[in-house]
Amino acid sequence: MRTRPTTRALQYLAVLAYLIFLGFPLLWLISSSLKSPREFASVTPSILPKHVDFSNYTDALSEQGLVRGLVNSLQISIYSTILVLIVALPVSYALARFRSRLRPLTNGWILVSQVFPVILIVIPLFMILRPLHLTNTIPGVVIVYMVWSLPFALWMLQGYVAAVPRELEEAASVDGASRLRTIVSIVMPLLRPGLIATAMFTFISAWNEFFFALVLLQDPQLKTLPLVLARFVGAEGQVQFGPLAAASVLATVPSLVFFAFLQRRLTSGLLSGAVKG
Amino acid sequence: MTATLTAPTQVQKPGKPKQNREAIFLFLPALLPVLILSVYPLIRGIALGFTDARAGLHVETKFVGFDNFSKLLHNNLFWDSFRIGVIWTLSVTILQFVAALGLALLLNTDIKFRGVARTLALIPWAMPPVVVAIMWRLLLHPTNGPVNEILQNLHLTDHPINFLGNFSTALPAVIVVGIWVGMPMTTVTLLAGLQGIDRTLYEAAAVDGAGAWSQFWNITLPQLRTVIVAITSLDMIWNFNSFGLVYVLTAGGPGGKTMLPMLFAYNEAFRYGNFGMAAAMGDVMVVIIILFLFFYLRNRLRSEA
Repeated sequence: MRTRPTTRALQYLAVLAYLIFLGFPLLWLISSSLKSPREFASVTPSILPKHVDFSNYTDALSEQGLVRGLVNSLQISIYSTILVLIVALPVSYALARFRSRLRPLTNGWILVSQVFPVILIVIPLFMILRPLHLTNTIPGVVIVYMVWSLPFALWMLQGYVAAVPRELEEAASVDGASRLRTIVSIVMPLLRPGLIATAMFTFISAWNEFFFALVLLQDPQLKTLPLVLARFVGAEGQVQFGPLAAASVLATVPSLVFFAFLQRRLTSGLLSGAVKG
Repeated sequence: MTATLTAPTQVQKPGKPKQNREAIFLFLPALLPVLILSVYPLIRGIALGFTDARAGLHVETKFVGFDNFSKLLHNNLFWDSFRIGVIWTLSVTILQFVAALGLALLLNTDIKFRGVARTLALIPWAMPPVVVAIMWRLLLHPTNGPVNEILQNLHLTDHPINFLGNFSTALPAVIVVGIWVGMPMTTVTLLAGLQGIDRTLYEAAAVDGAGAWSQFWNITLPQLRTVIVAITSLDMIWNFNSFGLVYVLTAGGPGGKTMLPMLFAYNEAFRYGNFGMAAAMGDVMVVIIILFLFFYLRNRLRSEA
């Protein structure tokens, strides 16, 4: 279909507006993180830093709490990702392959867990974990994250499992391979992209999570990166914008890496889940 | 587990009773944590709303029936927070949808810069909500922020505006941030829906002399209906339950002008220790969401039939 020049011009104008709305905040954050303290104090802020200055990053990384937050977040995200994969793989296999009575129940639970406000869950969770001495501990947060990223992980992986042709498995079992053997040597290799995508999703959702961490982690030694950052902007006196911006950029890096990897596959993965779900 | 390991498995058809047992083995590792940390807390949480539970290790809890709910009925702050929650949810969901639909339509044409726009459109989604909030606090800062700088240079205002600190601007400012965060997911979903529409429908319409506008109303929107209903329902739930973003942006201030229901309930539970009361608020939120979805989906589905 031909497009009239005026329509074209309007379209480019609209794209420009979207690019500014979506991109400018990011540009500003990154440029703020690269400005020297002196440039920050200037009355007329410029969009790009006049001199690129990495002192905000060194300042941020010399901050004790921030580095500890980074390490805590990394630990929690890695552990919960591993746990989710271990648990989600057999379940999503069963969901995609068997017509079990547990299947509608699981799908119902996936739905319910989306609708209910977390406040209803976090209070009882707190009351369950405290007598077990799991509040204020990393394992406590890890198992909570595991359970709460499970719905989405199942939803995604299910689609990937369903995409593995059933005939391959049947052929293997005709050749005398056991079910477990079939899963390990036939299904798993084909599921690699799905497993990677699910792992990254789980990692990012644990890395970004705020609410459960806020309630479950009171000990300053254990606070995750989002908690540390949130406390910086809180009512704790003078805020140093430069290091704060630098730390924020650092906290976004894992997500950006994730998207560089997955830009294409992301949408197709979501859709394959949607089609099956 | 050993049985499944050793027994030679035949090619099985779905639905056999033996398969059910095997399926249960596969479910087992997930079942226990999910029951203890998700299903049980959910039921317990709903029930807590009918008790006078408080924070603290050895506090006695007793059943109080609908006491909490009748107290909530007379709590003006709670109603204010609900009103704010509804305004927030509807404005963010609707505006986000309109903005996302526009972007998705543009991305679906043969326009240049599509790749850049698509990548940019996805980034906000992956950013930690806390970082998004910090970023917008920098942007909207009354003395150092670029937004005020630009407005002053354009002579739209003669004095810096404290967007997040003013009674009248706080909620609109927070809504803009909410739109920014939620646009990516909505755009990607709508774009996927657009790409699924049969091209020949447009060709047929063009032959019949239908313009772009009438094609949009008569083909694009009806074809997208299911996707639209699905994504707006999800957006509505997510927005109504959102917490971290506004907690860091304004913490509910100034003067409670951005006190979303989740923030209100969080304060009630973990600042004042009224677990029972907070759970009752959660119960009310669930009922509202379910009612809302019920009416929304019923109307949508009926008009589809």
